[in-house]
Amino acid sequence: MEIKPPVPQVPVPIWKNFKDLQEWEEHHQSRPETGDKHSSLFEQVTEGIHNFPGGFALTTVADGFFNWARKSSVWPVSFGLACCAIEMMATFASRFDVERLGMVPWASPRHSDLMIVSGTVTIKMAPMLERIYDQMPDPKWVVSMGSCANSGGPFRHGYHVVKGVDRVVPVDVYVPGCPPPPESLLNGLLLLQDQISHFRHTGKRAAPTPKVD
Amino acid sequence: MTPERARELLATVAGVTVAATPTAPIVAQVLTEHWLDAARYVKATLGCTYFSFLTAIDWKADGLEIVVWVDNLDAKLSVQLRTRLGADQTTCASIVPVYRGANWMERECFDMFGVQFVGHPDPRRILLADDWQGHPLLKSYAVDTPHPPYR
Amino acid sequence: MPDVRAIDYAGSERLTMNMGPQHPSAHGVFRAILTLEGETVVGVDAVIGYLHRCHEKLAETLAYVQYPTIASKTDYVAAMSSELAYVMAAEQIAKVEVPKRAQYLRVLVGELQRIASHCLWLGTWCMDMGGALGGGATIFLYCIRERELVLDLFEALVGARLLYGFHQVGGVRYDLPEGWTDLCRRTIDLIDSRVDEYEHMLADNPFFDMRTKGVGVISRELAQDVGISGPLLRGSGVDFDLRRAYPYSSYEDFEFRVPVETAGDCYARYHVRMVEFRQSARIVRQVLDGLPEGPISSRPGVKSLAQVKVPKGEAYARVEGPRGEVGCYLVADGSNKPYRMKWRGASFSNLSVLPHILVGASVADVVAIMGSVDPVFGEVDR
Repeated sequence: MEIKPPVPQVPVPIWKNFKDLQEWEEHHQSRPETGDKHSSLFEQVTEGIHNFPGGFALTTVADGFFNWARKSSVWPVSFGLACCAIEMMATFASRFDVERLGMVPWASPRHSDLMIVSGTVTIKMAPMLERIYDQMPDPKWVVSMGSCANSGGPFRHGYHVVKGVDRVVPVDVYVPGCPPPPESLLNGLLLLQDQISHFRHTGKRAAPTPKVD
Repeated sequence: MTPERARELLATVAGVTVAATPTAPIVAQVLTEHWLDAARYVKATLGCTYFSFLTAIDWKADGLEIVVWVDNLDAKLSVQLRTRLGADQTTCASIVPVYRGANWMERECFDMFGVQFVGHPDPRRILLADDWQGHPLLKSYAVDTPHPPYR
Repeated sequence: MPDVRAIDYAGSERLTMNMGPQHPSAHGVFRAILTLEGETVVGVDAVIGYLHRCHEKLAETLAYVQYPTIASKTDYVAAMSSELAYVMAAEQIAKVEVPKRAQYLRVLVGELQRIASHCLWLGTWCMDMGGALGGGATIFLYCIRERELVLDLFEALVGARLLYGFHQVGGVRYDLPEGWTDLCRRTIDLIDSRVDEYEHMLADNPFFDMRTKGVGVISRELAQDVGISGPLLRGSGVDFDLRRAYPYSSYEDFEFRVPVETAGDCYARYHVRMVEFRQSARIVRQVLDGLPEGPISSRPGVKSLAQVKVPKGEAYARVEGPRGEVGCYLVADGSNKPYRMKWRGASFSNLSVLPHILVGASVADVVAIMGSVDPVFGEVDR
């Protein structure tokens, strides 16, 4: 018996500033079509195994194992920009320990999987952020923490503020709040772990499932 | 050095008009030509060695006004020096030779208002990128001025 | 040209090293372009502005009832003192009376905030000097544990842990809930005992002494000239505390000691802050003992944007935050929005002393000095 999810009773948002929406559509970064860098030979071999009768068992088990390994040791690069950085530090510290989830905050982007953008991205900082993102090896994920990173936050109308970090790098999880308490950030990180467990064997990310029609 | 004595002394300096209100701080309006001399006098004679801040106000048609707040910590004396640059004027003498703390404050004033400080050792923008166009805190600059490609 | 004092050895090579806006020193977005000869810094160009969020321009577009929440994001580690400066400036121009209970509550949260901020300072400073996984994390984790206790108190009082909207023009917005005073007393006693532990840990530690004694000396004359404030100024021998010199919000009712050290190095600043821990706890106890009954605000709660109109005038309100003199210079024109707001951030002036004291220090000292200066970049870049 199919159980239908409840229809949300949230009214449609009214976009007061239509010009804002157009700007957003224009600059919204989409993930590159080619996906994360991976070897095409590797992809052909695994596709071959997967399509071979019975081979799917091997690839599914391998997928499961690698995804478990990836999600159990996500190392965030410590990228604290503003107030959210203090809450991020609190999440990494004694009470809301993330090391029990396998996340060791690491200063070097070359050794990390995750970038938690915590704080307002300004126009002066945006190229540095892109550079740190580029230095991270694939597969990498980005969590946008706080309303400033989500959309510019309370400073949205400022001349020097980027209206959301998704104009600079592609984002996987958005954590709302100003600042989000450590419980919220932990929720976001667990959602990220969920996303990682659906990573496919060729390194292609699973297509996003629409939550609300 | 009591506030009353400070008021008397300050009123004797050329180009300085001390405001009549007797409450702290001592507000002194200075003519732009005498700006550096007034700062030197306040530091040397009134003993105001603590530099608090330097900023500017954009009075639209009346031009810019530079405001400086200095303190004499031992005598609990606060002095506010102000100078009106006049409509469409953007140059002012730099008081970095007198107070080293004015260095970054004057750079910020230049960045935000476009005030050129004559004699500043390092006249660059401080908060915005070096190639930014415009001076944001002027009343003619809109708060959400777009800046491609990020907004 | 950056401020380079030439220690010129003919034939030696200079390296330009970038301590970029992202670095593990956990202080925020600060870029120091260091010119090095070997391990010694011979020149430093401090680049700030990576967190410039247009506070001063935004303040001209936001009403007096809207801005205190945004003001808390300047010094985000000590949000209570940030909001207080703005609200006090508006009250000074409008000549609004603040009821006694509200003043005591402001002192209470201000001192609790000072304790929380110093906990974070000690934790991150020791972590910077010790390395995240090399033993520095010990004090960091202990200090965060204490800070969480204070943040629990704030959460019970206001609803938020880090950035509050507690102050309003005329008083405060929230009153103490049931049982809060007992919880507060127990927390303060616990924190007092734990601060003793930290002092023991660091007191005769030879590594700590080597890294902090004689490092980053700020002379008394330089301190006043540049305009640094707070523990930096008191660590350099100047006895100036805004709570004593220009008392605001009933600070004259409380007894506390203002610590002053003359050495001017990192160790002196550390010692000043450790004494401030104890004195803040002392003030909190006095406030709890003497808290009067009465209204918490002389203005009604926020209902509309046009509610608070400040007549024409100017004022500069200064608050002794954990980092120093936080000030708000407000020019009002009679409407419900300010005409001009200048935020005097303590960390902006504190940071401007760096080019003067980093020259001649080694690279490792740069980290120790940055930590003892304790900048918060919301205040620096605004």
